[in-house]
Amino acid sequence: MKETTIPFWRDERVLQWIAQIIFLIVVVASGAYLYHNMMTALAQRGLLPSFHFLKLTAGFDIGEHLIPYSRNDTYGRALLVGILNTIEVSFLGIIFATILGIIIGVMRLSQNWLLNKIASVYIEIIRNVPLLVLLVFWYTGVFLQFPRLKEAKILPGPTYVSNRGVAMPWGKPTETWHIYLYVLALGLILAAIVWWRLTLIGKRTGRMPLVTVWSTLTFLGVALLGWIGITLIYHQAPLALDRPELKGLRTVGGLELTPEFLALLSGLVFYTAAFIAEVVRAGIQSVSKGQVEAARALGLNGFQTLRLVVFPQALRVIVPPMTSQYLNLTKNSSLAVFIGFPDLYSVAGTIHNQTGRAVEVTILMMAVYLSFSLMTSVFMNWYNKKIRLVER
Amino acid sequence: MSKRVFYFLGVLLVLGVLLAACGGSAQTSSNPQAVQTVVVTVESNASSGYGTTLKAVKERGYLICGVNAQLPGFGYVDKEGNYKGFDVDYCHAVAAAIFGDPSKVEFRPLTAKERFTALQTGEIDVLIRNTTWTLTRDTELGTNFAPTTFYDGQGIMVRKDSGIKTLEDLQGAKICVATGTTTELNLADQMAARGIDYTPVVFETADQVFGAYEEGRCDAVTTDKSGLVSRRSTLKNPADHVILDVTLSKEPLGPVVRQGDDQWFDIIKWVVFATFTGEEMGINSQNVDEIKAKTDDPNVKKFLGLEGEMGQKLGLSDDWAYNIIKYVGNYAEIYNRNLGPDTPFDLPRGLNSCWKDGGLLYAPPIR
Repeated sequence: MKETTIPFWRDERVLQWIAQIIFLIVVVASGAYLYHNMMTALAQRGLLPSFHFLKLTAGFDIGEHLIPYSRNDTYGRALLVGILNTIEVSFLGIIFATILGIIIGVMRLSQNWLLNKIASVYIEIIRNVPLLVLLVFWYTGVFLQFPRLKEAKILPGPTYVSNRGVAMPWGKPTETWHIYLYVLALGLILAAIVWWRLTLIGKRTGRMPLVTVWSTLTFLGVALLGWIGITLIYHQAPLALDRPELKGLRTVGGLELTPEFLALLSGLVFYTAAFIAEVVRAGIQSVSKGQVEAARALGLNGFQTLRLVVFPQALRVIVPPMTSQYLNLTKNSSLAVFIGFPDLYSVAGTIHNQTGRAVEVTILMMAVYLSFSLMTSVFMNWYNKKIRLVER
Repeated sequence: MSKRVFYFLGVLLVLGVLLAACGGSAQTSSNPQAVQTVVVTVESNASSGYGTTLKAVKERGYLICGVNAQLPGFGYVDKEGNYKGFDVDYCHAVAAAIFGDPSKVEFRPLTAKERFTALQTGEIDVLIRNTTWTLTRDTELGTNFAPTTFYDGQGIMVRKDSGIKTLEDLQGAKICVATGTTTELNLADQMAARGIDYTPVVFETADQVFGAYEEGRCDAVTTDKSGLVSRRSTLKNPADHVILDVTLSKEPLGPVVRQGDDQWFDIIKWVVFATFTGEEMGINSQNVDEIKAKTDDPNVKKFLGLEGEMGQKLGLSDDWAYNIIKYVGNYAEIYNRNLGPDTPFDLPRGLNSCWKDGGLLYAPPIR
């Protein structure tokens, strides 16, 4: 009974509690004040938050859309068009930036003087120029400087290269396309089975086969056989070649890539690749020299050393910073607005301006970017867990 | 142990109180009655509510005017770094009416997209940036439109060598347009109505829009006709471009203020009317002193502040209109200085003539 004689104002545990409570009060009160302030200000102007506007007719057109869209659609659909454009450019950007980044990162470590210097110069220049400057350079300095459409460069295909972008032949789904989709699904399943079996064999024998190569080959083989089979049975290939042709003021048919899209993609890829290259270099260099020497001593050749000894260890160092590069790329894609590409930020900006719903549109935009980032993080964390050192 | 539980309960209690407070504030905003009281308490320090804007401007000592910085003739920065243009002169007119000194203005260059937020949040006192008066903007954006200072219409500019003569020739065209404008919407409406398939290429600023057009990214560029004329003069070879003889829309351009301060709204309205009235009465910056000294006309006397204390009814000094005419000029002077025959634009007055000359400029009586 008598042991709790310390007065509570000198009890460290109590003081800690009090400090935390005060901190909590300050945070919550500031939040409440800001919220109250916003609501009051909005109420004064008769602009109380409401997402009703998403159901109204947008009334403006968007230059590029992956799903059908016209001015008669709603603001909600316009926003979706922007979201899909952002996903498109981020997804392609991440893939290309990774490939280019790995190539340059490996080049940077090359013994070849020329390759090494090219990679160093590339990284030092690109990394130290603001992305916005790069984007504007790609847009006005490169893609808008191509000849006019009437004098377009015509590459084989025909592929039209002009300051309206690139129009190239592209596959157009025919009636047998949906059947072919099943074939592709079958190919994926078979590839997964091959992967699983080979991994098992590798674990049992201690000699890991080229799992990725074999499963990819399986998929491609099924895809090729399916293509030939369907063409023979139905007398129609799953995809028909759709060639662009010049018609009036534009090209019709094929795949059209606008200068805005190309400039944004190039800017993001070349910029992020410079950072990824450094991440890759750091990862590879983190594997101690002794590991390579040991692998060589065991009789592994150069390729085997990289595949079996260096990369698995380097990957553990590479993946976490790589995740943040991917997140950066996705978020940086919002700079699209400066070169006229209708990404999420650009479309949301237009909606904000036409409806005056600043708070709602900003909240939506934050939510979308946040979920992109969280999804990327979740995937990369899963991958990181998968490749981490298994200690026995 | 029991102590710990006690403190934990304490935290819960605090949290509960705070949550209740939050819930309470959310409730007030959905209840109109409560909003009234909230507004009253906030009014004293926010720049909204009757008379607060003028008071804030006078205390600050200068007016903050939101303008365009990229539209020669209307709002732009000249070689010496000064803001010039038709809209800019109206900012000077407001300053002259309030302070008797047209130079007491700070300009905020705004893009089409930023302008309403800047006005709503009180960053600027008045927006005079070739802004079109529409129902949505007048209501949902929480803004009020002063009388139209410039009646405009949307036009389309193309290259002369493109052979495009009508809207129908634009089938399949790429059209450069600025975001956050009525132009963007009119374009979509008109093209949908005529069944013309086109692709908009949308940029944030006029410089980007016309830059991309000049590089050949688009077959056509669209904005208000006055804007096309003005921007054409800045292109490398103005003679290579032609403005189509079609008008896509009505574009009444004028000053904009926040809702909630009727006195300020009145001041801006009557500043505009004063410039109309000056032209109507034949009073300009050159002859205003002479007329003021000699006149016996009661209407002119009321206008120039010799009779009737008109200025005080607006919360200004009685020589408010005199200051506008003296330091900035009447409508004709403002127009000719920025857009008239001696400028590169040489825009015909058209609808923007005094009602006596068959135009639409008509001011209610100052009495």
